[in-house]
Amino acid sequence: MTAVTRDIAVVAFAQSDVLRSTAEQSEVEMLMPVLHDVLDRTGLKTGDIGFTCSGSCDYLAGRAFSFTLALDGVGAWPPISESHVEMDGAWALYEAWTKLLSGDADTALVYSYGKSSPGSVRDVLTRQLDPYYVAPLWPDSVALAALQAQALIDAGDTDEPALAGIGARSRATDNTRAQLRGSVPQGDYVVRPLRTGDCPPVGDGAAAVILAAGERARELCSRPAWIRGIDHRIEAHGLGVRDLTDSPSTRLAAEKAGAFERPLDTAELHAPFSSQEVVLCKALGLDGNVRVNPSGGALAANPMMAAGLIRIGEAASRIHRGESDRALAHATSGPCLQQNLVAVLEGDPR
Amino acid sequence: MPEVLKAPLVVEFPFTRSLGPVQSAFLTGLRERVVLGVRTRDGRTLVPPVEYDPVTAEEIRDLVEVAPTGTVTTWAWNHEPRRGQPLSSPFAWVLVRLDGADTALLHVLDAPGPDAVRTGMRVRVRWAEDRVGAITDIACFEPYDGDPAQPTGHSGEFEAPVTGIVAPARLDYTYSPGRAQTAYINALADRRAVGERCPSCRKVYVPPRGACPTCGVATSEQVEVGPAGTVTTFCIVNIKAKNLDIEVPYVYAHIALDGADLALHGRIGGIPYDQVRMGLRVEPVWTEGGRYPDHYRPTGEPDADYEIYKELL
Ligand SMILES: [Zn+2]
Repeated sequence: MTAVTRDIAVVAFAQSDVLRSTAEQSEVEMLMPVLHDVLDRTGLKTGDIGFTCSGSCDYLAGRAFSFTLALDGVGAWPPISESHVEMDGAWALYEAWTKLLSGDADTALVYSYGKSSPGSVRDVLTRQLDPYYVAPLWPDSVALAALQAQALIDAGDTDEPALAGIGARSRATDNTRAQLRGSVPQGDYVVRPLRTGDCPPVGDGAAAVILAAGERARELCSRPAWIRGIDHRIEAHGLGVRDLTDSPSTRLAAEKAGAFERPLDTAELHAPFSSQEVVLCKALGLDGNVRVNPSGGALAANPMMAAGLIRIGEAASRIHRGESDRALAHATSGPCLQQNLVAVLEGDPR
Repeated sequence: MPEVLKAPLVVEFPFTRSLGPVQSAFLTGLRERVVLGVRTRDGRTLVPPVEYDPVTAEEIRDLVEVAPTGTVTTWAWNHEPRRGQPLSSPFAWVLVRLDGADTALLHVLDAPGPDAVRTGMRVRVRWAEDRVGAITDIACFEPYDGDPAQPTGHSGEFEAPVTGIVAPARLDYTYSPGRAQTAYINALADRRAVGERCPSCRKVYVPPRGACPTCGVATSEQVEVGPAGTVTTFCIVNIKAKNLDIEVPYVYAHIALDGADLALHGRIGGIPYDQVRMGLRVEPVWTEGGRYPDHYRPTGEPDADYEIYKELL
């Protein structure tokens, strides 16, 4: 980022428990308590919010225009300033951040949710692929990640025991919202070389964040998580064009967000597969001084469309609580880390 | 908690997509057992070919034939093929760099087991018997230990090139309506319309969706409404919907059930279509075993006064 003209911070974060199934709740019924929670943390009401932006995907639950029904949970009357992205909520946050940068609003509510339980997310995700050359083969999300994992193993970047270690470390989290915690068997191959423990649990969940600018942020939060930069970049869409063992788009986004200007203490990476954490750590040059995914990351809970926003929320929460001073948050979308967003968050000096 | 309602939901659609000149040549080539790539200005050959250079975004059109033989650049063993995938017995997903190409193509490899697959192994295309101009004209790859096949230098010009593809898609879901709508549907099965009242603005929503869209709070207090109601607005349908056994024209209306603060919609029957009007009083008509009203018919009461329903349009 070049000229950030306004200081903008994450001032509150809330999330639901992530569960294998929420069949007893509609999407808005799942989302609404999270919206109330995040507003309660700041004392704001819907009417106080300058801009609202959400991220979700109708294909997950097979419900057309489900995002308009989810808006019922916000209380959108009298009409609010509102937008939606058919993407992870991290990209909704990006849109809200630009809105605040422009000075059009001082506060923003960002939320996202995903209900994967009604469908088969492995198959649903095939529909985001190149419709001419790839989608007709129905390569599921695990298969594509497995091709990437094998490329990493061939390149000597990792091996199966190291991958298993990433899953085990992720699920050793104390995050009570996570779907999987503690010791989980590594299991059999799902698509070789990836085993059950290398893959994210399929779950339903929701998350919400409030952004505020300048003094408003200080009023709403004792230690705001200032967004020092955000950027997002994308790889060429052809899988066979890319070097699957690297993520130049993540590195470039991190550079543009200012991640390499000073040391980080924490990184919340959205790596749905253990092998993808290897790619990201390599691309970002993370060493042992950076604590990676204290929340457990996507291997502990991966509610589609929310897991990226949750990374930003988790990183911000650690700053709010004084457990981090400078954190990187990452979100991804698409097959094999196709598109990547990086945000750098900082707390005021203590 | 009452039992969660569930029903199968199938979302099925054919996407009809037109092809650009490079995609058309590539897919037509597969039909004719010719594999084409496209050359970038810096001399790389991309297979499968794209219409714009992934690095420079420059338009690229220089087609070049490559061999149907190549090398596996990475692979993944799929012991449980899923619906729609190219092979029904266990196979390897592969990225294959064809001889003469600089990039790799995603497809599948027919091999006896994972021990027979490795990165760097040589493979060749196995053509589908029936080829239509689609990526599935390559049935799969198969192990191959011969020399690279020699391309014939095809120009990329074909008789009757394919100009589009139809990509069928089907996704299967198990639909659950959630707490509020489950209660509504269960009550309907007893021929009762039960909405929910907002604790804040006191409006009664039918059908309830679990939240008051004005206040953004959960609704929970159940309120029985109807059975009769008022047509607040309507339209005349002149196009017969697929699989719908109703004669056109017919009237589809917004109906504010007595006691509800939101109109629901339903078909109006028992009256000629051109006599339906705003304010018409109607009641539900149930069919034997029906879980929801088949349609609404006039009650014979005088029409409702506009002032009564004007907020419910
Ligand atoms: Zn209300």
